[in-house]
Amino acid sequence: MAATTLSADVPPSLTRPRGGRRADRAFRALTALAAALVIVSLVAMALFLVDEALPSMRHYNPVSFLTSTRWAPSEAVAGSSSVNPYGIVQFIYGTLLTSFMAMVLAVPVAIGVALYITEMAPAIIRRPLSYLVDLLAAIPSVVYGFWGVFALIPALKPVGAFLADTLGHVPLLGAAFSGPFFGYSYFAAGVVLAIMILPIITAICREVFAVAPSDEKDAALALGATRWEMLRMAVLPRSRSGIVGASILGMGRAIGETIAVTMVIGNSVLAITTSILGQGSTMASVIVNEFTEANQPFHLDSLFVVALWLLALSLVVNVAGKAVVSRTSRDIA
Amino acid sequence: MSESTGLGAVGLLSRRRVVDQALTVTLSVVMAGTLALLLWVLGYVGVEGLKYLGPEFLTQTPPGNAADAGGGFLNGIIGSTIMVGIATVIAVPIGVGTAIYVQEYAGPGAGTARFLTDVLVGIPSIVTGAFVYAIWVVHFGFSGIAGGLALGLVMTPLIVRTSEEMLRLVSRDLREASLAMGIGRARTIVSVVLPTASSGLITGVMLAVARAMGETAPLLLTALGNDLFIETNPTKRMSSLSLQIFGNAITGYRTAQARAWAGALTLIALVLIFTLIARLVGRRSAIAGR
Repeated sequence: MAATTLSADVPPSLTRPRGGRRADRAFRALTALAAALVIVSLVAMALFLVDEALPSMRHYNPVSFLTSTRWAPSEAVAGSSSVNPYGIVQFIYGTLLTSFMAMVLAVPVAIGVALYITEMAPAIIRRPLSYLVDLLAAIPSVVYGFWGVFALIPALKPVGAFLADTLGHVPLLGAAFSGPFFGYSYFAAGVVLAIMILPIITAICREVFAVAPSDEKDAALALGATRWEMLRMAVLPRSRSGIVGASILGMGRAIGETIAVTMVIGNSVLAITTSILGQGSTMASVIVNEFTEANQPFHLDSLFVVALWLLALSLVVNVAGKAVVSRTSRDIA
Repeated sequence: MSESTGLGAVGLLSRRRVVDQALTVTLSVVMAGTLALLLWVLGYVGVEGLKYLGPEFLTQTPPGNAADAGGGFLNGIIGSTIMVGIATVIAVPIGVGTAIYVQEYAGPGAGTARFLTDVLVGIPSIVTGAFVYAIWVVHFGFSGIAGGLALGLVMTPLIVRTSEEMLRLVSRDLREASLAMGIGRARTIVSVVLPTASSGLITGVMLAVARAMGETAPLLLTALGNDLFIETNPTKRMSSLSLQIFGNAITGYRTAQARAWAGALTLIALVLIFTLIARLVGRRSAIAGR
């Protein structure tokens, strides 16, 4: 590797192995530093949230946050460690309910759209269609919230009233659909979230369907299967866990959505509202609503308790979704 | 499509056809419905936004009293630019650097970094905002820098993910050709791998920028907002387009809502422009971006 064997045209910077090696090492160290920062940021996130939440968790029993559905900061007293006024179960309920509703509404549509794009659309419009669906993901949360208040909620009013009139009077089911329906509700939040996670689930489903082996699809068609039979026999069975994973990841996204939900959910914090037509809060919405106005004893610290549980919940859901999706692709590969 | 006759009864065959037709219709309806939904959202914001969007909106700050008509979101547009700028300066080197480490060097901890990147992508941005509040705002107060930091944390994992994918697409032959010429690893990455992947990398950065521009929740906890005047000092609390839309939308005043709609249209336009440029750059990519 002697420099003298290289032609004179080679820039000197390339013929200096020693300096180059040092630069090499420095460059590698820099990229390693970047990677280390990414790792550290997540660990730091967890630690700092715990640190901020600690005063409140020391003052009240840490478990007591999870045994009450009443969030009443004005009842907090600095000195006495009486009953914990910061119950957060209703927020966990709100988060799970709205994101679950979003998932249930979005998944069938996402599967349909992904199937249409991968299996039915003429080849030239596949890409444009994918872009258009992806645009739904590009619209900012705050715009969805604003649109939700003025365009979606008026459109949902007849639907909600209908649900309250019909399902609301069914004996057992009734509690989940009882009126009155004023628009701002878990239901509205669920629908907005469904629209927001639709493109995410669609994108993953598209990828999952795309890797279904074309031999088997061709074989099914050659045996005289209709398109539906081909999809049912050659595409869907292999995609099942991919769809499940996509749904979980979509739900994971919905769990963390904040502004749009805050604008349409009604923000009641005092108890669990059993009806999906009622008003409530999610973990994310209570944080953003009260954070800058938290002036009661342990108020801000308790909001950090909520943030901590939100972090934990989203970690669990996202890692689970990721695991399911990656298992699919390994099966297929 | 299925001209199979076989021995199947005609009734069975036609039932199969009907099911297949039903599927075709259902999928078409679902697709059309989704496009209609997109049109509904964009159309509604477009119509409401155009009622007020104009030169005044883009060159003025909001009136002191939210109930008054007139004014615009210039301070928010400037604030968004500054904070997204700070975020980009933070996120691009860290994001691309991490991708290089994970993909090109695959050194110790690369697997962990890749996994945690995926985890970070899924973390709610409101939690990111609370984190930045804890590490920055507690000590230095609400500021544009804190906002930029939060947005940078949102952007970084997105950039790592796309960059990594783009680096993976660069042909091995190119790297080996460069290394075989006696060119060092670092030089190979900087002069051969990164230029080859450049349009893909730019696409990833632009998409992350578009995402950061629309973020609201983390900014409420870090930059807080400032509706009164143009603030260009990032150590002070700062407004953003998204914060102003939120702030004006939730007032009960029609005048403020008119501003918020114009702001929403502006924001969507900005985000779509960035997304579109990203796609166009990506399509020009030598390695065919997605």
